[in-house]
Amino acid sequence: MPDAISFRLNDKPVRLNADPDRTLLWVLRTDLGLTGTKFGCGDGYCGCCTVLVNKVANRSCLLKLKDVEGKEVVTVEGLEKDGKLHPVQKAFIAHDALQCGFCIPGQVVNAVSFLNKNPQPTRDDIVRGMNHNFCRCGAHTRIIDAIQSAAAEMKGAH
Amino acid sequence: MNTNDYLALNFTDIADASVFFPQSRREFLKRLGGGIVIFVALGEIVSAQEEVRNRGPRPGLPADFNAFLRIGEDGRVTCFTGKIEMGQGPITSLPQMLADELDAPLDTVDIVMGDTDLCPWDMGTFGSMTTRFFGPALRAAAAEARAVLLELASESLKVPQSQLAAADGAVFDQQNPKNRITYGQLAKGQKIARHISGKPALKKVSDFKIVGKPLLHRDARDKVTGKAQYSGDIHLPGMLHAKVLRPPAHGAKLRSIDTAPAKEVPGVQVIQDGDFVAVLHAFPDVAQSALENIKADFDVPEAQVNDKTIFDHLLKVAPAARVLKQGGDLEEGKKNSSRKIETSYLNSYVAHAAMETHTAVANIEGDKATVWMSTQNPFGAQGEIAQAIGFPREKVRVITPFVGGGFGGKTFNLQGVQAARLAKAAGKPVQVMWSREDEFHHDTFRPAAIVKINSGVDADGKLSFWDYEVFWAGERGAEQFYNIPNHRTAAHGSGWQGGPGVHPFGTGAWRAPGNNTNTFARESHIDIMAAAAGLDPVEFRLRNLADERMIRVLKAAAQQFGWAPAKGPSKRGLGVACGIDAGTYVAAIAEVEVNSKEGTVQVKRVVCAQDMGLVINPEGAKIQMEGCITMGLGYALTEEIHFEGGKVIDTNFDTYDLPRFSWVPKIETLILDAKENPPQGGGEPAIILMGALIANAIYDATGARLLQLPMTPERVKQAMPKA
Repeated sequence: MPDAISFRLNDKPVRLNADPDRTLLWVLRTDLGLTGTKFGCGDGYCGCCTVLVNKVANRSCLLKLKDVEGKEVVTVEGLEKDGKLHPVQKAFIAHDALQCGFCIPGQVVNAVSFLNKNPQPTRDDIVRGMNHNFCRCGAHTRIIDAIQSAAAEMKGAH
Repeated sequence: MNTNDYLALNFTDIADASVFFPQSRREFLKRLGGGIVIFVALGEIVSAQEEVRNRGPRPGLPADFNAFLRIGEDGRVTCFTGKIEMGQGPITSLPQMLADELDAPLDTVDIVMGDTDLCPWDMGTFGSMTTRFFGPALRAAAAEARAVLLELASESLKVPQSQLAAADGAVFDQQNPKNRITYGQLAKGQKIARHISGKPALKKVSDFKIVGKPLLHRDARDKVTGKAQYSGDIHLPGMLHAKVLRPPAHGAKLRSIDTAPAKEVPGVQVIQDGDFVAVLHAFPDVAQSALENIKADFDVPEAQVNDKTIFDHLLKVAPAARVLKQGGDLEEGKKNSSRKIETSYLNSYVAHAAMETHTAVANIEGDKATVWMSTQNPFGAQGEIAQAIGFPREKVRVITPFVGGGFGGKTFNLQGVQAARLAKAAGKPVQVMWSREDEFHHDTFRPAAIVKINSGVDADGKLSFWDYEVFWAGERGAEQFYNIPNHRTAAHGSGWQGGPGVHPFGTGAWRAPGNNTNTFARESHIDIMAAAAGLDPVEFRLRNLADERMIRVLKAAAQQFGWAPAKGPSKRGLGVACGIDAGTYVAAIAEVEVNSKEGTVQVKRVVCAQDMGLVINPEGAKIQMEGCITMGLGYALTEEIHFEGGKVIDTNFDTYDLPRFSWVPKIETLILDAKENPPQGGGEPAIILMGALIANAIYDATGARLLQLPMTPERVKQAMPKA
């Protein structure tokens, strides 16, 4: 029998009877129906599957379910609070920082994690912090601009 | 812009499997209920599409119209198009065109895209054709709808048509603006279906209020919250995820297989039909690990060619030249030349590498198959699937949710065929989502190609002859646009598929197909001739150009950059290139920094100017230019498929390097005012420059002339002039 795994997901407790060795990405997408987190490469290179684990960006394609036991997981669906978008999400819209949009959940979640660690980044900091998230359409310059303006807005809020 | 300019999206719920399945257009009209429906048959749109690409016979259904729109009793306007949204922006720009022509508020316009049951037949979304060829049809439909509304309003308001005007989704009496009636009221109780085949009078560009206004992507909110649905996000009750056995190389034949270890996994179903073997499970990760338990032996043919020997091979198997254009007398030109230079240019196979892998969900109920899939040509996929599962075409419905990048790669529809075959065999809905390794194996790469150029320049710095031959890249962008008296341009082989014995795997269209190869060669060679003539490369181009549009974009780019003329190599690291793609003229100047010890190249700044005729959404057009410049860094600097025979060695992003944040230069885009000319392509043109632009800048920085793409550190080091 599979073991039960408990963790918090987008501010709600979750208890799953599933094989603890299954990959977190697929548990999120199939068992839990949270399809905002995308599959891009399956090997941790592209960042499409990025989620927050205890507020830090992680590649969910490299995590097993048991790795998040007792932890707090946030997916892109969990960033919106009370109908209000996260400042990073708003900034991505305002800067038109997307094209096909497939990499965007991973970009947004990684940016949120990055700004948690470095709330007042320089442009170079942002480039370094985002460098392992791929975007094939080439929205990079706008994503950098969006993160800079989100940082400015969040500074005001804290 | 701020988020207040953002327009909420009202995208038809395409994921709802209970959406009706009309059997015919008559039934479709019945299902739409009341309202006004406009069909447009503009023959030239179809022929223009077919000219671009001959992909076999067109289906009979629905052959008599290309576009339609509906005005519902609620006043909402719906545009139906076989085009798809993959990031290039028609979900925003098509409603923009429609709203303006119809005098309807933009937020009352909905769009249904890429659904073979609901949308008129379309060849596919590629070749930068949506705005150029579908746009006019849509505008014609809107103009016709507006005419119908004015007729109806005239009766209803008892005012002659000449006295009426339309604005904001209503018709009013110009002498008494309070006497007005909305489009919704006019559509109420109507069952009007209008077919037009002529050319209705369209608005003048100067009357546009919405076209030409920068708009944010309509789909942005859904894409930043994770709500936007791509094919892999569709889940149907009882659905199984399938992982398909992949041979180790193209051309490999299955010799023996033991599927028993996969079948031992609880809940797993194995389906085998000859070489086609798949493992199905409710969870994709379980299906994948069960697939890895299968023991399969393949006979792999001996490798005949690899990424180093491919160019000799391609020259050897090339068919005779097709002359595309010629004029003057090459021999005469040679006599008039003070310098003659002959060079060959090479480029490797390049992957599409969209972030979304090919994905499909198939559901078969009774005699009807419905397939949601990431595709650039839903109607092509419909035909392929129908044939594979033995259904009549009209019993296959392809629905295209958001597509996570295409770049030409999603005109290849194998995943939809796989999903449909498996759904038929399993008797359940099946999702196929390719792994990244599947994607690299099956991808229809941009073909490796060779260009040979022989040319001369006279004592005045004028090009005296130009003899150009391209092998296997295709014709797009091959014809030069300089003012050269003696010239010949010829092509060997197709740029789509090579045919048996040519490429060791699938090849096909890759963003601006052919033109990346051709522009790399032409603009590199022009630079070589400029240096031979002892002239500044911008000055040399201007001296040899007569085409006013090209002169204008080149001068605009040079001015914006702050170009100061100098003969190359000037050690400044500046490069220039220009070209034409999809009717758009484009020129760019770049600044690079070369680490000559490591062979690495950092592009610091790119200024790009474009004449694309009338621009529908200037913000969307700028984004496409930025995307082209950024994506183009990859094929210019790193992207290259390594292979040994039919075995593709690159399987993921560990060895196949895509452009990253740290590569991206400062980008300045300039769209020249040309709104009196028809709109041209925007999703592809700027990418064609990137190879030559960077090659020319590397030469200017170091004197190293790079003749092969990508310009990897190894190749840059090899090309360095010996001290």
